[in-house]
Amino acid sequence: MPDERHAGAMSDDVIQLERVVKRFGAFVAVENADFAIERGEFFSLLGPSGCGKTTTLRMIAGFEQPSAGRVLLDGVDVSNVPPHKRNVNTVFQQYALFPHMTVFDNIAFGPRSAKVPKAEIDRRVGEILEVVRLGEFWRRSPSQLSGGQQQRVALARALVNYPSALLLDEPLGALDLKLRQALQIELKRIQREVGITFVYVTHDQEEALTMSDRIAVMNKGRVEQIATPRDIYDNPATLFVAGFIGAANLLGGTVVRADGHGGSIALSAGPTVEAVLEPSLALKSGDTVTVMVRPDRIRLAGPALGDAQAPRIAGRVETLVFHGPLLRVDIRTASGSIVSAHLGTDVAIADLRPGDDAALTWDPTHSVVIPDYKADPVSGIGATEGIEST
Amino acid sequence: MTVLRRLAPRLLDAWAGVALLYLFTPIFVIVAFSFNDTGRFNLIWQGFSLDAWKQWTDSEPLTDALTLSIKVAAVSTLAATVLGSLIALALVRHRFTGSGVTNLLLVLPLTTPEVVLGSSLLSLFIDLGVSRGFWTIVVAHTLFCVSYVAVTVKARIRGFDWTLEDAAMDLGAAPLRTFRLVTFPLILPGIVAAALLSFALSIDDFIITFFNSGNEQTFPLYIYAQQRRGLGPEVNVVATLVLVVSFGLSIASVVVQRLRARPA
Repeated sequence: MPDERHAGAMSDDVIQLERVVKRFGAFVAVENADFAIERGEFFSLLGPSGCGKTTTLRMIAGFEQPSAGRVLLDGVDVSNVPPHKRNVNTVFQQYALFPHMTVFDNIAFGPRSAKVPKAEIDRRVGEILEVVRLGEFWRRSPSQLSGGQQQRVALARALVNYPSALLLDEPLGALDLKLRQALQIELKRIQREVGITFVYVTHDQEEALTMSDRIAVMNKGRVEQIATPRDIYDNPATLFVAGFIGAANLLGGTVVRADGHGGSIALSAGPTVEAVLEPSLALKSGDTVTVMVRPDRIRLAGPALGDAQAPRIAGRVETLVFHGPLLRVDIRTASGSIVSAHLGTDVAIADLRPGDDAALTWDPTHSVVIPDYKADPVSGIGATEGIEST
Repeated sequence: MTVLRRLAPRLLDAWAGVALLYLFTPIFVIVAFSFNDTGRFNLIWQGFSLDAWKQWTDSEPLTDALTLSIKVAAVSTLAATVLGSLIALALVRHRFTGSGVTNLLLVLPLTTPEVVLGSSLLSLFIDLGVSRGFWTIVVAHTLFCVSYVAVTVKARIRGFDWTLEDAAMDLGAAPLRTFRLVTFPLILPGIVAAALLSFALSIDDFIITFFNSGNEQTFPLYIYAQQRRGLGPEVNVVATLVLVVSFGLSIASVVVQRLRARPA
């Protein structure tokens, strides 16, 4: 029985997707999504628009039925259960507050539908209004609230039902940057306070990195990687993930030596570099790969050769951009590739000018080797060389 | 140039004034002549009198015709509003086989000449052996009012945010409860507007009614019949009353909307 694994006391998964597929006509919106979300977790679905993240969320909420596979909530198959019978609640992108009801009535809508006694409703609404810090606004109508306040009403309206999981569909998308950042922290605080599982859909990689316990990166209906923010950033499993999250130097190369955990790779940008080769990748000499190095892991190399093991790429300074907290240096190598470094502003480079010769270096352990068989065949990201930044 | 630029708004105002005058002159005349001190022929101003206002209910054929018109309008508006609103909801909310054809057919009664509609209905009633009277008028009025209601409601709910229904269901409301508490209250203004329009159209209709009324006489038919014998000022009184009531309703709806929009 495949479900015994899920229903067992060992697992504490709130939501499980088992080989879930969603097709709209010939279009495959979600392809074989198969993962579980733990109780109390802040889980993000991250990807560009059209990657299937919202469809995945809507299948969990019950607004869409999977074409194949199963969705389980608290261990029970709900694939064909309508939304009003599922114990999850959604915070919609445009909040979807009922315009003809007060803040109080909006929040009380769920408990009233569930026939909770009136005194209990009053208590719960009062309590949740305190959590989202909107106590004095209960009598207002949604149109009298600012965007941020409406967002918090939407959150309260969902949380007041004590759902097994809260589903959030780009809830901060409609707000300006400053407010968005304040609400990111606020959301995280509320999630810790109520201890409910959050499933958070976003296309903003920074938002996902800041808030999530784990992130599922989606592209073209496929889940490319599920990992902690740190892991996604440091060890992207595919070129898409490497390019989508943070800035990345993607350097093409060929494996010239592979033994056990290590090996060396001849970069088409010039040098041959030492790198860690995960045994699971099963790379052998002659395989084409892409080496990903985050610009913030790259330093200026001094004129003298330092660590002989460290990679070193020489070239001509193409651009120097001061970004405030960091200084971006792009160099163009003899082979024409651009390699970008994000340097701390404490680095003394006063004498560096565009057109000067310079060399860049980084710790070999910061090279992430991605085999080309994991390149995205459709978008062709694997074929491009140079910097990918978002 | 500058002179023209300064003059242009004035000219525009004046032009608007002329247009309004053109629109309202007949209405002023109707209201004014309800105070005319005259007998049968209310064509020439004879002097101010409140007689018509005191005695307009004395004429039994007139009050009977008015009562019938109101009854017909009430029943056909109710029927047309329910049917038309449901059609509009179905057309906006769902794509189904035949929704395109339904859309087209809906507009047909609006574009068909009333004479054609009225006479074909009459031949249908004769074929079916239905004797003409109250109910045939109601059926005829419902027929064209359904189209007006469906088209009006459709236009009003086109911008409706359907995620509100998703939100209600997400919060545990079954489909019927969602409709009762969320969808219906929000589209109600559109439905009320459509119902008012339908009521006005029914009260006003002459041609279709003329074909299908049998021996019954609605208010427009009464005026037409009386005209040959001379129309007294009591007809102007009724016309003025209708005007006041509909004007009052429009003002009330504006006031209600303003009150709702105001911060509590």
